[in-house]
Amino acid sequence: MASKRAFGLLEPLAARRTSRSELRRTTQCQRRWSSVSQRPGSDRVHFPGAVNSKFTTALAFTRPAELEAMPTYRILDQEGVIVDKSRQPSDISSEEMVGLYKHMVSVSIMDLIMFDAQRQGKVSFYMVSAGEEGIAVGSASSLSPNDPIFAQYRETGIFQYRGFTPHDFMAQLFATTDDPGRGRNMPVHYGSTKYHIHTISSPLATQIPQASGAAYAVKMQNMHNPTDEQRVVACYFGEGAASEGDFHAALNIAATRACPVLFICRNNGYAISTPTLEQYRGDGIASRGVGYGIDTIRVDGNDILAVREVTRQARQLALEQGGRPVLIEAMSYRVSHHSTSDDSFAYRAKVEVEDWKRRDNPITRLRKYMESNSLWDESQEKELRSEARKSVLDAYRKAEKEKHPPLRSMMTDVYEELTEEQIEQMQKMKKMVERYPNEYDVTGYEGGLDGMNVDRR
Amino acid sequence: MLPRALTTTRRAYASHPPKARLNISTDYSSTPLLHHSAKSALANKELSAEARNGTTQRINLFQAINSALAHALRSDQRVLLFGEDVAFGGVFRCSMNLANEFGDDRVFNTPLSEQGIVGFAIGAAMEGMRPVAEIQFADYVYPAFDQIVNEAAKCRYRAGSNGDAQSSGGLVIRMPSGGVGHGALYHSQSPESLFTHIPGMRVVIPRSPTQAKGLLLAAIASNDPVIFMEPKILYRAAVEHVPAEAYTLPLSTAEILKEGKDVTIISYGTPLYTCQSALEAAERDLKCSVELIDLRTVYPWDRQTVMSSVRKTGRCIVVHESMVNAGVGAEVAATIQEGCFLRLEAPVQRVAGWSTHPGLAYEKFNIPDVARVYDAVKTVLEY
Ligand SMILES: Cc1ncc(C[n+]2csc(CCOP(=O)(O)OP(=O)(O)O)c2C)c(N)n1
Ligand SMILES: [Mg+2]
Repeated sequence: MASKRAFGLLEPLAARRTSRSELRRTTQCQRRWSSVSQRPGSDRVHFPGAVNSKFTTALAFTRPAELEAMPTYRILDQEGVIVDKSRQPSDISSEEMVGLYKHMVSVSIMDLIMFDAQRQGKVSFYMVSAGEEGIAVGSASSLSPNDPIFAQYRETGIFQYRGFTPHDFMAQLFATTDDPGRGRNMPVHYGSTKYHIHTISSPLATQIPQASGAAYAVKMQNMHNPTDEQRVVACYFGEGAASEGDFHAALNIAATRACPVLFICRNNGYAISTPTLEQYRGDGIASRGVGYGIDTIRVDGNDILAVREVTRQARQLALEQGGRPVLIEAMSYRVSHHSTSDDSFAYRAKVEVEDWKRRDNPITRLRKYMESNSLWDESQEKELRSEARKSVLDAYRKAEKEKHPPLRSMMTDVYEELTEEQIEQMQKMKKMVERYPNEYDVTGYEGGLDGMNVDRR
Repeated sequence: MLPRALTTTRRAYASHPPKARLNISTDYSSTPLLHHSAKSALANKELSAEARNGTTQRINLFQAINSALAHALRSDQRVLLFGEDVAFGGVFRCSMNLANEFGDDRVFNTPLSEQGIVGFAIGAAMEGMRPVAEIQFADYVYPAFDQIVNEAAKCRYRAGSNGDAQSSGGLVIRMPSGGVGHGALYHSQSPESLFTHIPGMRVVIPRSPTQAKGLLLAAIASNDPVIFMEPKILYRAAVEHVPAEAYTLPLSTAEILKEGKDVTIISYGTPLYTCQSALEAAERDLKCSVELIDLRTVYPWDRQTVMSSVRKTGRCIVVHESMVNAGVGAEVAATIQEGCFLRLEAPVQRVAGWSTHPGLAYEKFNIPDVARVYDAVKTVLEY
């Protein structure tokens, strides 16, 4: 793969393999440029900035408040019943459906355990995805396992779906030697090359324009290797993060460069304490996609089957005509506190949360559907829950005893190689520990003091 | 909201080794850097007569910030307070009750956009208000970097004779900063030196509740834009008697916290407590006398106080949390080298974060500790 890509880069960019749809796009572009002059008598605007607007003599402001809100697609209602009997969930076997359910439940069980673990001081921090498991698992199930993903932090279900084991989660959460992040990141900032998920970064929205760029890379690679699987990029973020400049830059650049990227917004009603009413005044995040000329859909995030179907079709759309972005706004409610550092009852009523919990939830919705279709029963439920719990706890107990990576990991990977300055600093720090052995505890790190050894070249 | 978990120290990452003598956690209830009595708080010569004749409240640093903000909002119609999650009290509780008391026209939540928050604040300042903008963590100030560096810092200069009406004076950008033991890459940074490189911004970092209140009120009163970095570990940890009246403390003025003859230690913010512990051990063990200086404003900084101290002691150590490379210590050391060369008995030492990022599991080995400062005192004495 890597060598293919490298070869691709050496080829002239206007490669012989330019597709017909690419050509069509290029001519469209040219037409747009050559038709900017105003034809006499035309009833339409031909300014370069808006090429197909009708003239009018009626002075009327467009009032967003008077427009109908974008509809929300669903398959199941809150009782887990198919709303439109003529549209059965397509493309999903019973095993797959049960699989989705198991992934959601596994995430929610790990969340409960780790939230408590934080309360007991075992880990420094944790964030659950309660109420939003369906968005992560459902969308991930419609991607190719090879589609690169950029996520925010409340999408644990993606990692679960792509193959993270309890051991993988615990290694990150406890910053053990098996953590690919080398013990550097706060808990829940997972990342995986194996599963094509870029490492979570706390600064909000930074991943969104990166996803556009990654999608452009993927677009080029799709073009260079037309017989390989054609990929898209998926990018997740919250409705709060969508207020950042990076969000807007990302959508606009993805639209102008026609990048095959799925922007998947989890609109859960809150950004820490800030309700959506103070976050934006438009029709959610979806209306912005339209503004950027991006195909957009809103979906019920508590309906995993709907999320899955929407993502499946969005992915197809994103690959049409050489690629283009699609925006999905998945509606849900953050039933949990923002994180273990938050007490959400300081800014919202407990009954509001209890109401939501009772009314709707992606896990119970799918369970009701499966039960009424004889795909699931109480004993399977019990077994699943106890097994999920056991496997998380087993991994937890092991990880708790593991060491952190060697102390040199404090400095490595800033650059590909340690700098001369860093090597001196590491040696200074090691001498400090040797000179003042009682002042430092290196036993929790792989290799103890030797873990601070670095090569002097 | 990240207050409790990010400001407590019970975490395994932050505990100290059983036999440690130097690297033990700061005892804020006894450190001489905090006022443990009303008498000591009111003896502060920098206070106005009014404040000195008043009473004190025993409060922590977030309460001191809250008290300063309340006073500013009460006494000046032009003052506004906004940022992410500010309305319900802020994730560190600094704005508690202020939206209730002063109304949501003046104290409000913004959408989640730092560039928006700072640009909005600059515009409000340019049109005569005194906006206090909160950035939730210093680690998240970078989207606003363009607004700060190219706008806030330069608008007086570019407007020239229009500057009085077009400067961003009155603007204060507050942000919690610094390590807490387990904040990792994005809840630990101290980006002050990125701003000290920018003429036009004043960069202030208080060490205590008393300092926070007086310096914040001075920042809001200042006609220059100010970056106000609040060491978040001190929000709850540092508790002291604080004058109840409103008062300002001078910007761009260092304070000598303890006089000494042989070594000058220069620092600001949280590491001052580390320096205090180190100097107590060093004076005991090494029979020396150490002077401790708090820069308070790291730019434009009080060069004369620092240089006259070093001319007296001949030895100097600069301590800060953020990375040593191109940090505040580099500027201080270079200035001392230029201004006090013939008086120096030893090279200026910098004790600072290493040239890396604040990785979660490694903070204890990265942020300067008492042993490293102690060792630096030894080094300059034995040079
Ligand atoms: C640039 C930046 N600013 C502020 C923060 C602090 N912060 C962390 S999460 C959060 C709220 C995010 O809300 P949303 O995007 O809706 O995601 P949700 O938590 O609801 O899943 C904030 C303000 C941050 N991480 N990065
Ligand atoms: Mg949200």
